Amino acid sequence: MSKHILVVDDSPSIRQMVQVTLKSAKYQVTTAEDGQAALDLCKRMQFDFVITDQNMPRMDGLTLIKSLRAMGPYRSTPIVVLTTEASDTMKAQGRAAGATGWMVKPFDPQKLLAVAAKVLP
Amino acid sequence: MSVDMSQFFGVFFEESQEHLDTMEHLLMEMSLDDPDPEDLNSIFRAAHSIKGGSGVFGFDALTGLTHVMENILDLARKEKLIITRPIVDQLLITIDRLKIILDCYQSEEAIDWDAIQKEIVALEALLGPKGGANSDDEVIDEGFGLFDTVVSGDDDDFGFFDALDEPPAREEKSYGFYETDEGESKSQTSEPEELDELAYALSDDDFGFFDDEPDASPIIENTTDKKTNQETLVSTQPDAKTTVQPSSPAANKNVASAHAKTVPDKSDSAAKKPKIDAKESSSIRVDTMKIDSLVNLVGELVITQSMIKIVGRDVHGEVEEKLEGAIGELSRNIREIQEAVMSMRMLPMSFAFNRFPRVVRDLAGKLEKEVDLVIEGGATEIDKGMIEKLVDPLTHLIRNSVDHGIEMPNIRAAKGKPRNGTVVLNAEQRGSSIIISITDDGAGLNREKILAKAMQNGLPVNHDTPDAQVWPLIFEAGFSTAEAVTDVSGRGVGMDVVRRNIESIGGAIDIQSAHEKGSVFRIRLPLTLAIVDGMCVSVTDQTFIIPLTNIIESIQPSKAQIKTIGNEQLLWVRGEYWPLLALHELMDIEGANTDPSTAIVVLVETARKRFGLLIDALEGQQQVVIKSLEQHYKRVPGVAGATIMGDGGVALILDIESIAAVVTIPNQTELTHAG
Amino acid sequence: MPAKVKDEQTVSDSQQEFLTFVLGEENYALDIMTVKEIRGYESVTKIAKAPPYIKGVLNLRGDIVPIIDLRIKFEVGKATYDEFTIVIMLMIGDRVVGIVVDEVSDVIKVDADDIRPAPEFGVAFDSAYLHGLTTINEQMIILVNIEKLISSDELGLYDNSQTVEQG
Repeated sequence: MSKHILVVDDSPSIRQMVQVTLKSAKYQVTTAEDGQAALDLCKRMQFDFVITDQNMPRMDGLTLIKSLRAMGPYRSTPIVVLTTEASDTMKAQGRAAGATGWMVKPFDPQKLLAVAAKVLP
Repeated sequence: MSVDMSQFFGVFFEESQEHLDTMEHLLMEMSLDDPDPEDLNSIFRAAHSIKGGSGVFGFDALTGLTHVMENILDLARKEKLIITRPIVDQLLITIDRLKIILDCYQSEEAIDWDAIQKEIVALEALLGPKGGANSDDEVIDEGFGLFDTVVSGDDDDFGFFDALDEPPAREEKSYGFYETDEGESKSQTSEPEELDELAYALSDDDFGFFDDEPDASPIIENTTDKKTNQETLVSTQPDAKTTVQPSSPAANKNVASAHAKTVPDKSDSAAKKPKIDAKESSSIRVDTMKIDSLVNLVGELVITQSMIKIVGRDVHGEVEEKLEGAIGELSRNIREIQEAVMSMRMLPMSFAFNRFPRVVRDLAGKLEKEVDLVIEGGATEIDKGMIEKLVDPLTHLIRNSVDHGIEMPNIRAAKGKPRNGTVVLNAEQRGSSIIISITDDGAGLNREKILAKAMQNGLPVNHDTPDAQVWPLIFEAGFSTAEAVTDVSGRGVGMDVVRRNIESIGGAIDIQSAHEKGSVFRIRLPLTLAIVDGMCVSVTDQTFIIPLTNIIESIQPSKAQIKTIGNEQLLWVRGEYWPLLALHELMDIEGANTDPSTAIVVLVETARKRFGLLIDALEGQQQVVIKSLEQHYKRVPGVAGATIMGDGGVALILDIESIAAVVTIPNQTELTHAG
Repeated sequence: MPAKVKDEQTVSDSQQEFLTFVLGEENYALDIMTVKEIRGYESVTKIAKAPPYIKGVLNLRGDIVPIIDLRIKFEVGKATYDEFTIVIMLMIGDRVVGIVVDEVSDVIKVDADDIRPAPEFGVAFDSAYLHGLTTINEQMIILVNIEKLISSDELGLYDNSQTVEQG
């Protein structure tokens, strides 16, 4: 059964791009436009992998990650946060929030697939 | 397998345009003394979003500018930079540049890199000490003031923190690994150092994985001290067991409370002023062509329904009643669909009005005048097709008010007026019309100049011509009394074009002006483009439709009610004298009934006048689809449009408002004396 | 009865296809590409105060289309309306207009070389509205520049000082 990935980003073009990229590698993809919407989705269904942007209206990425980690089903789900720089502060924040990893924006879709492949055996 | 990025460009262009509009709007509305933090956040996110997309989709010209914008806004939202008017001005200039860049990308034109570079420098200058940035705090702004070009020299833009498959690597490599808890305490100690050293450096890592280590927490406390709400959440009790997560109640409470903190802010400010956050509303984009075809189909339904009614007239007996009932039901259903469909095409006037604050600000600034623009009735809805056609005339009129209407501040002061001129842009619905008015408190139209120019052009006026006939002269072709054709509004495209544009959408414009007090330009537009409830009337064998909204009642007057004064006939009804207009005269029809006492008079009214319309017979009430005459022909005075009757023939719909223009209201007191 | 004019074989570059029609005694022709359809004459709804050659408007499948009678405008032939009267529906730019004619004949192919200039007088239409003259089977055919004619100020069909798009 193919893995189900949740992509959270407030930019429609990025959401579309990521969705198409992941689908091309046969993943099942759902998208959400901000942390709150994503959280609502996660409460109702189980995703195998969550990719989230950091800066979003209503609820940002780090808050989303922390909220997810507080939920049983998402304790150890791989979560990757998209950041604009890979500075150590950003990384530290991400890790502290509970992310499994990070990825810098802008990214090459191929990298995205590589990351997905790594976390979803 | 690679993905074709160009399929996402369209969406990116659209969303970026929206972001730019949002940023512009928020910047214009922002109170410099007390900026709303939520607004600063929104502007930050908008810039951030464009920057992100520009990188992913390769629109590099956008990246540099948005990066500096983002930095400025980031500092501002963290209260490390005070936004001043020069900063707003420069940001607005940047937004304009970004719009140009977007256009260039969309139309595949050359990018002016020099201009971009100059503006980046101008923006960066704002970040300097003059900009009021507080640099005493630890700098957590990653890569500020620099191009954040994606250095993809290394293959790996990502990193894994936990020792999955990769060996622990040195921290400066293209990817980085944080040790697992299998006891490399070295990682613990090295990290704070690393952090200090590399805090300002751009790392090569583009992604990475964290391991589930609580030993990360001490670092977190260091770095999250002076940060925003979200980050303070983190500095709580780390769970020693598994992942660093705010699983403990205290942590949860912090999460909740911090989150709760931001939410009320948002709803407060939302209550304060309406926000243009497209994402908050639940709506979908629909191609206007789809809506148009839906409107046409509903129009066809209405016609078909009329046809059925006509056929139904021949049905008698038992079936008659059932058929009538069914037709009634059908009518109700169709009416509801029609209202629903029409409302889909309606947009609030604010769509057209939104751009004007900027127009006024820029123009006033250029002319060194002080002008306040007040917008009222932005929620008034109007058909989408009309909005598009209104923008040009409205822009011209507003620029006119600022340029020719409002005086220079010192002149105003000398006249005892406030230095700030005021232009009021108002939209409201009155009956079956929408009235849009532009009012200024400037010097008013210059009667003498206009008359002089008119007489020079050989128009039939003189010094005794009343104001009401003088003001419309400015609509005549070739009429620009501007001293020089300033590049502001008098580009040789004059008021005549404005009037024509308005008339082409079935509207009309009139002017009122008072010396030294100001002027009012009033545009009247028909409310709905497509469907109207009307009364069918006939004169000889020709059918006309009178919109029900204009009809008061229909009567067959007695001889006694008709008074003749000179050539005019007046009708005494409802306690006063009504002017009588014969439709057959208006429409040049021969052989009609000219005797009001044997014909029918329909009492009609407009916003300002009431009169009686003499017709031969009433044919019944009907809902009609308004079809444009201008589409294939031209505007006909007195006619609002045409409609297709149930039998396929065409009937003209009367424009009572414009017919009223030729009616003179009798002076009631004079008449009672004349008796 | 409505009938559609078929577009037939390919026309070579220097050739143009025209639809011939009759007004009074003369034969005229217009560019076939402007022809939308051909119908019989149906009653129209009069427009007040319009010149007599603008008969009025009618319903063409939901669009309100003006009908003009060139016979009246140029005073050729007799403006009668019977079962033989034809209305040619033309598409000029975005607009549709119908012209009343006595008869419609064949579609002809005319070579650019075969078009001779029209004389200044003797022809009902101002030569400004003509492409020229040609002869087919010893019959003289007057080639009308129908687009120019229909959109002319002289005919006054449209508001030519129309909406200028600049602001």
